[in-house]
Amino acid sequence: MADGAATDARGNGITGVIPILFAGALFVYFMSLVPTVASLEAIRWSVPWIPSLGIEFAFLVDGLSLTFCLLIAGIGTLVLLYSNTYLAGHPQYARFALFLTAFMVSMLGLVLADDLILLFVFWELTTLTSYMLIGFSHEAEKSRRNALQALFVTGAGGLAFLAGLILLAAASGTTSISGIIAQGDGLKAHAMYLPILILLLAGTFTKSAQVPFHFWLPNAMAAPTPVSAFLHSATMVKAGVYVMARMHPAMSGTDVWLWTLTILGAITAVFASLLSLRQTDLKQALAYTTLMALGTLTLFLGQESGYAMTAFATFLIVHSLYKAALFLIVGCIDKSTGTRETDQLGGLGRLMPITAIAAALAATSMAGFPPFLGFIGKELKYAGAIAVASEPIFVAGAVLLSNALMLAVAGVVAFRPFWRGQVGTGQSPKEAPWQMLAGPVILAILGALFGIYPDLLQVALVNPTVLSLTGEVEEAKELQLWAGVNIPLFLSIATFVLGLAIYAAHVKIRAMLDRGFNAIPNLDLKWDGFLDGLKALAAWQTRLVQTGKLSSYLFATFFTIAAGIILTLAYTGMPPLAADFSDVEWKHTSIAALICAGALLTLFTSSRIAAIAALGVVGIGIALIFIVFSAPDVAITQLLVETLIVVLVAVVMLRLPSLPKATFNLKHAVLSVAVGASITLMLIEVVATPLDLRLTEYFEVTSWPEAYGRNIVNVILVDFRALDTFGEIAVVVIAALSAYALLRTTRKGDQQ
Amino acid sequence: MNSVILRAGTSYLAGLLLVFSVYMMLRGHNEPGGGFIGGLTGATGFVLYAIGCSVGEARKALRVLPQTIAIWGLFIALAAGLFAAVFGDALFTGQWLFIGETEDDKGLPLSSVLVFDIGVYLVVFGSVLTLVFAMEEEI
Repeated sequence: MADGAATDARGNGITGVIPILFAGALFVYFMSLVPTVASLEAIRWSVPWIPSLGIEFAFLVDGLSLTFCLLIAGIGTLVLLYSNTYLAGHPQYARFALFLTAFMVSMLGLVLADDLILLFVFWELTTLTSYMLIGFSHEAEKSRRNALQALFVTGAGGLAFLAGLILLAAASGTTSISGIIAQGDGLKAHAMYLPILILLLAGTFTKSAQVPFHFWLPNAMAAPTPVSAFLHSATMVKAGVYVMARMHPAMSGTDVWLWTLTILGAITAVFASLLSLRQTDLKQALAYTTLMALGTLTLFLGQESGYAMTAFATFLIVHSLYKAALFLIVGCIDKSTGTRETDQLGGLGRLMPITAIAAALAATSMAGFPPFLGFIGKELKYAGAIAVASEPIFVAGAVLLSNALMLAVAGVVAFRPFWRGQVGTGQSPKEAPWQMLAGPVILAILGALFGIYPDLLQVALVNPTVLSLTGEVEEAKELQLWAGVNIPLFLSIATFVLGLAIYAAHVKIRAMLDRGFNAIPNLDLKWDGFLDGLKALAAWQTRLVQTGKLSSYLFATFFTIAAGIILTLAYTGMPPLAADFSDVEWKHTSIAALICAGALLTLFTSSRIAAIAALGVVGIGIALIFIVFSAPDVAITQLLVETLIVVLVAVVMLRLPSLPKATFNLKHAVLSVAVGASITLMLIEVVATPLDLRLTEYFEVTSWPEAYGRNIVNVILVDFRALDTFGEIAVVVIAALSAYALLRTTRKGDQQ
Repeated sequence: MNSVILRAGTSYLAGLLLVFSVYMMLRGHNEPGGGFIGGLTGATGFVLYAIGCSVGEARKALRVLPQTIAIWGLFIALAAGLFAAVFGDALFTGQWLFIGETEDDKGLPLSSVLVFDIGVYLVVFGSVLTLVFAMEEEI
């Protein structure tokens, strides 16, 4: 893994510095938008992109998108600063920085996009760039496999997502997201509401790794740690959550929405926190807590109450802050000790004091202790859960259980390695350089700062976000450390007690969980089975269709042609054969005779060169037909192509032994006659119908005045339909290169 | 193929065909011809040369790899299409410049359409030769 590269505080020179400055500049820019958004205004910017379809390059800065932008650009800056040291001297750092920056920009585009199609473009860009990042250590097979898995799962979801977006655009008559939201409740009553919802959720659930699509996310930890910190804490996995939040005003409030999001969110949250406690690898443990956070966020998006929305906005920020910090800290630990196994870590507090303090700050926020933002977030979560009118106990129970487990995991990840007794690892761990400490320290301090001064966050981001989600800023509830003695407070105390108990007994619980989880099917292994099955199916059908025998390919092709024509004629009914042979001249009959002679000679000769030449005669006869009916361009092309084909075939054929004696093959004979007869019938049929001359007349009239050309065929090729021609010549190049590659490979194969 | 007559003939014929192919391409806009036909004609010249002498000599005479020519052709065609964007027109809109234009004479027309046709010529020329040379060498 790339994590093993030696730490070098000097970084990677200019390729390391530019991305940091770029991300920093973006962050500063988005900060400058905070006052506008805090005054509850939205900024919209757009230029037409595909005006004929009403698609715009439209961007919208409101509370929701700005919150995401600040998290993305802010954490992005810190992560790039961190990576520059973490991967110092890595031979492919430039590539890494490019992917990470590209990912950041795609993510910013995703949250800013105010047009469904634009949203989708950025959505897919994040999928692609994250594929590159997860598979960054591409020498490792595991890394490639996991990257591909993430790509397939999110890519398949992306297809469903696209279908959902198209239906949505069709149902609402616009691709503008703010336009759709402005239509109010209309969408919920639309007949296509359910299909749209299912397709969109298929996209967001795969992207945000909700059960049962959760298995790819922990595997994505194959990426270098800074990538995990960025993609799998603050950004990519939240893309799905973001889209659900964005569509919340237009789509929430129905029973399907409520129950799908609530139940799957709750299951994901509890299931993931249990899995998290089971892990002994720090990074894996964090990966599962990310799943838990995503489940919780989804759970809240299911609701409509102001408490739930405030809880969503707050927890979104809280989670990004502490999770990114903890991931970066795990990277520091990994770098200095060479391991991420909890059982092998201990006593790091004295050796890495700054890391330890940052970890402690982040972990207490994660565990939800006062006075951290995490505590406020947790109180709000309980308030939000109780506000669920239908099933408060189910929701509150799920939140309570996952929070208690979260507290225990926070202890395992960020407390135990630092403060329990010394464990010998054979290395002498020391503090990471400042570039790697900056991120965790700043993020952890922000968690504490916002906890003590929640008003900062309230006005700047939470209120505008709630406004984006509900349309009314009054729905935003106050963030406060001390909300008085109420049910959330009791639930908090219950969380602490339960969480500390789980932490105390976590080694035992882990053993129990191991037994429990081994009993249920492992979707990750099923995934490999699924892929293997798919490959076997592909191999089977390839063997079936691609026999490798030229005669069977030709038979299949011609059989299809003949059968298609005959069936069509049988279906439409054979028209009377009213062909008029009165204007046939001797030049026509002589050409026909020439072609027939060529064909017969090809069939009966036993010399290859004679067969090729006879085939050439057929081609030249057809060129003569074009000349007789005054299509010189087509005739010239036909002649040239015919010449080249004869040369090419001769080159190949002359190296083969002479033809075996032709034997009569009834199957082939019947097929040949059938093809000839059906094509003849079809041509007679075609000539009998009157020719539509509208296009011909159009080109005759416009060719000279508009395109300054008198050769209509050429003008069509290079001007009127130049795009088609471009596509065709691209195909020509691809075909030539493929054939070239095939020929070359064969030779190499022979030599071996 | 070892034939003195063919070898002596093709070296002249190839050059002649090449000149003729350019002529066919240039006249294409108003008379039968064009990039596709021109490219095929030009390729025929080199194919003859490769058969008469050898593929090695034909490659030497060509100086550049045929696949490189094909790819450049594709690039030139694309560039000709994108050129329209400079003037704010849609992709592949023809751009024209008439040098020495008078009342009733259009003068010498230069256009992005011609550049596109040159791209087509190079693609066809390069692709055919890529195939033929490879076949001659490999089989």
